[in-house]
Amino acid sequence: MAYGFETLQVHAGARPDPATGARQTPIYQTTAYVFRDAEHAAALFNLQEVGYIYSRLTNPTVAVLQERMATLEGGAGAVCCSSGHAAQIMALFPLMAPGCNVVVSTRLYGGSVTQFSQTIKRFGWQAKFVDIDDADAIRAAIDDDTRAIFCESIANPGGHIADLDAVSQLADTAGLPLIVDNTSATPYLCRPIEHGATLVVHSMTKFLTGNGTVTGGVVIDSGKFDWSASGKFPSLSEPEPAYHGLKFHETFGPLAFTFHGIAVGLRDLGMTLNPQAAHYTLMGIETLSLRMQKHCENAERVAGWLESHPAVDHVTYAGLASSPYHARVSRICPEGAGGLFTVALKDGYDACVKLVDSLELFSHVANLGDTRSLVIHSASTTHRQLTPEQQEAAGAAPNVVRISIGIEDADDLIADLDQALKKASA
Amino acid sequence: MTEDYSDSHLRHILQRTRRIAVVGMSLNEVRPSYYVARYLGLKGFEVIPVNPAHTGARVFGREVMGSLGEIDGGVDMVDIFRRPEHVPAIVDEALALFPDLQTIWMQIGVQHDEAAATARARGVDVVMNRCPKIEYQRLFGELRMGGINTGVISSKL
Repeated sequence: MAYGFETLQVHAGARPDPATGARQTPIYQTTAYVFRDAEHAAALFNLQEVGYIYSRLTNPTVAVLQERMATLEGGAGAVCCSSGHAAQIMALFPLMAPGCNVVVSTRLYGGSVTQFSQTIKRFGWQAKFVDIDDADAIRAAIDDDTRAIFCESIANPGGHIADLDAVSQLADTAGLPLIVDNTSATPYLCRPIEHGATLVVHSMTKFLTGNGTVTGGVVIDSGKFDWSASGKFPSLSEPEPAYHGLKFHETFGPLAFTFHGIAVGLRDLGMTLNPQAAHYTLMGIETLSLRMQKHCENAERVAGWLESHPAVDHVTYAGLASSPYHARVSRICPEGAGGLFTVALKDGYDACVKLVDSLELFSHVANLGDTRSLVIHSASTTHRQLTPEQQEAAGAAPNVVRISIGIEDADDLIADLDQALKKASA
Repeated sequence: MTEDYSDSHLRHILQRTRRIAVVGMSLNEVRPSYYVARYLGLKGFEVIPVNPAHTGARVFGREVMGSLGEIDGGVDMVDIFRRPEHVPAIVDEALALFPDLQTIWMQIGVQHDEAAATARARGVDVVMNRCPKIEYQRLFGELRMGGINTGVISSKL
């Protein structure tokens, strides 16, 4: 990168508007775009020229966000979509077919566990869950029908940091792409492509937008995977009937996955991001580094204070020296361990519920990565659909509360937790 | 190994080039060789199709050449849409025919290190495993519309 991260988070993808000179990226609230002539229209529909056709596929405001995310993650291109869950389907869709499977970390956001363990079965896809720290288990899970490995960089909610270098090496050896959900870390803290990931997905709803206003997702492609080498990825390497037999990898090279995501994924799955949502997310990303620094600084202070509190059994923040993942912070996410962690209370489930109910500043919501501090009891909410074993593996046991630390004054957050813990243990 | 090329190098090549021989151009309009050539023509390059299977056919208002040797005058760039094993003969012929040749360009999936070394020894720039249409679109802004990382950062209109 020729420019620093803080410059790119403000500028990447967004030149002044060519029509008006508008300095801020305009919200292009339009469904369709006029063709110059019939030949222009035909070339666009055949993917022979790049341009705007219809906002289910491409939109100028969304395109700025796509280029910004591709740039910040160090990828070749990006496709935005309507939510983080949509991004996961958009990432898997070009790789999978009925009978195929994906090897998935057990340490995932509960909604992802459900999406992978239940919903994708209806496409004829299967997920094989493994401990992502166990190389032998990953190797044993990979078979001829495996098409990808999937993990979170900093897992929600447990704060587990995946050894992306090790996992991507396993993926490389098996000739498979590694997909990393980088939602909790953001590209300011961790850039998975630098550690060998092929695809990065985000729920942009969280730290990227940062203000709790809109949902959005994105898939970033590194452009480095050879989709034609193994014959396992025919959607990208073989002729596409809907485009006159065009082969995406042969035609677009490192941009194949991105063009496929627009031309087939968004065209036919339709999980499009709207330009208003792209606008709010672009506004958020302009201040990403500043917010993440404050999130990390606050999280470290609050987690450290909680750890020494008598009502607390343990805290799972990788930024604490007590964390088994502490040593990975400097290698995987050198700018900090993020703003998300869990706290386990000695008095169990009832104390957790009381803590959540007694907090005044923290908001009890099913979200994370807001400027506001947020709290939720995962076992009874976000991870409710999981079995006790799945909850335990995901770091969402019944005695655990998930905390997403905001950018408020850390002393105020500590004071609020202090009064609520007193009530919880009374 | 895929080679890396700086954006400024590729921009320089695309800006200095006027006349391009497209070797292996298909007349099938859904093949990349056809629409890459068509696109370059739309952007103001003079594109000369070369394909012995279609000698004499007319496309983009001009005749398809049976070989590089049938081209009147020189070309600035030879763009190769042939499998790698055919590259050395094309490069040798181009170097023999065109004393002012500036660039040999090989498309995505086409790479031949020895032929590239031969051309470079003559002072000819070589780009391999890339597409001039994609690079033109990326470097001059069109790929912005597709969410591609163009690497272009600027506050100018």
